[in-house]
Amino acid sequence: MDFRFQNKRISGILTILPQQVITFEEEMANYNFSPIKCQKLKMAMGYKEHRIAQKGQTSSDFCIHGLQYLFDKGLLKPEEIDALLFVSQSPDYFLPPTSNIIQGHFELKHDMICLDINQGCAGFEVGLIQAFMLLDQPAINKVVLLNADVLSPKVSDQDRNSKPLIGDAAAITIVEKSETPNTIFANIQMDGTGAMALNIPAGGFRMPCTAETAELKEDAAGNFRALDNLVMKGDEVFNFVQREVPPMIEHLMEEAQISKDDVDYYMFHQPNKFMLHKLADKLEIPYEKMPANIVENFGNASGVTVPTNISYNLGDQIVNGVKKVCVAGFGVGLTWSSIYMELGNLKFNKIIDF
Amino acid sequence: MKEKIIEILTDLRPEFDFTQEGINFIEEGMLDSFDLVALVADLEQHFGVTIDGVDVVPENFETIEAMEQLINRSKKK
Repeated sequence: MDFRFQNKRISGILTILPQQVITFEEEMANYNFSPIKCQKLKMAMGYKEHRIAQKGQTSSDFCIHGLQYLFDKGLLKPEEIDALLFVSQSPDYFLPPTSNIIQGHFELKHDMICLDINQGCAGFEVGLIQAFMLLDQPAINKVVLLNADVLSPKVSDQDRNSKPLIGDAAAITIVEKSETPNTIFANIQMDGTGAMALNIPAGGFRMPCTAETAELKEDAAGNFRALDNLVMKGDEVFNFVQREVPPMIEHLMEEAQISKDDVDYYMFHQPNKFMLHKLADKLEIPYEKMPANIVENFGNASGVTVPTNISYNLGDQIVNGVKKVCVAGFGVGLTWSSIYMELGNLKFNKIIDF
Repeated sequence: MKEKIIEILTDLRPEFDFTQEGINFIEEGMLDSFDLVALVADLEQHFGVTIDGVDVVPENFETIEAMEQLINRSKKK
């Protein structure tokens, strides 16, 4: 499904990362890899270090810390927020919505809309598409998009697929109406037949958590997980991404009538370095235009990897200038989505620790 | 090419004998999905090819012959 949005812009991005850094070397003993395999995987997959939340910290804590920072610095005024979107797979509660909790924390105005969206790897794109739609309403001038995930507590320490790569983080993206006319091109695809390729079996209403669901069991690949833990069927996800993402990007370029060479940066979701490099190879995009360094420095925090990528790799380039940027997310759902837009003259684009 | 592939495989998983004929490395558990990632990087480096992401599937790594075909196919692209 294709979308076009007129006269909208991102005016600021703030990424909030946990202070706690855990290195691959600290965890290596859990994975039963040979030393040579460890070295090869470090290089190919980007196993180096990741940021993990402290026990008890939730996604909303990171969002509240970031919003308080923006209010304190005068980069955002509470009364300007017309919509608060919280995109996450790790809400504080089943109910109430976490966006309402955050609204309540700051005693924001009642004349606004708060929405929680359950999305993961494509959460930045899904959130932006929703924000752009809301901004078509006359009453909505500024949307605060919160991408946040603290999923590390749901990942088994002995899960070689997910543990070395998981990261916790949040990002706050300010989306507003643009005074300069522009067009933003977007698309999204979904395939629920692959919904269980990434899942947490227990903890919902279908399978409540019990003592039994907390028991670790070994799978065929040598991972130890409980039903309470995140499951990623790595092969299925990898194959889906390699099959679906390149044609999606080609299609986006056609819609936007821009050549791939004319795009300055491809800021993609980062499940691992290998997957990103394979996508770049297929699309014939130079690696320097598609940074793949987020997962090795911070870990994969689902929908937060794209704004983290933008904050870390573009920094002041899009505060003091304008870049043609393609963003893309792919994963849980299965969902895959991409957006082409000009990113520039942001009020802020930075990373803070919490 | 065959000798080099065996050398790469043995370097990665020294506990297995990759010279055995008629063995399916995947079915026998001699290579897992992490090995495939490491293998792709090594094969690309040694043979100067770029292996398409859609070709990174177990079927292409079941035997030495399958890997030879993959490398030759990747050269032509």
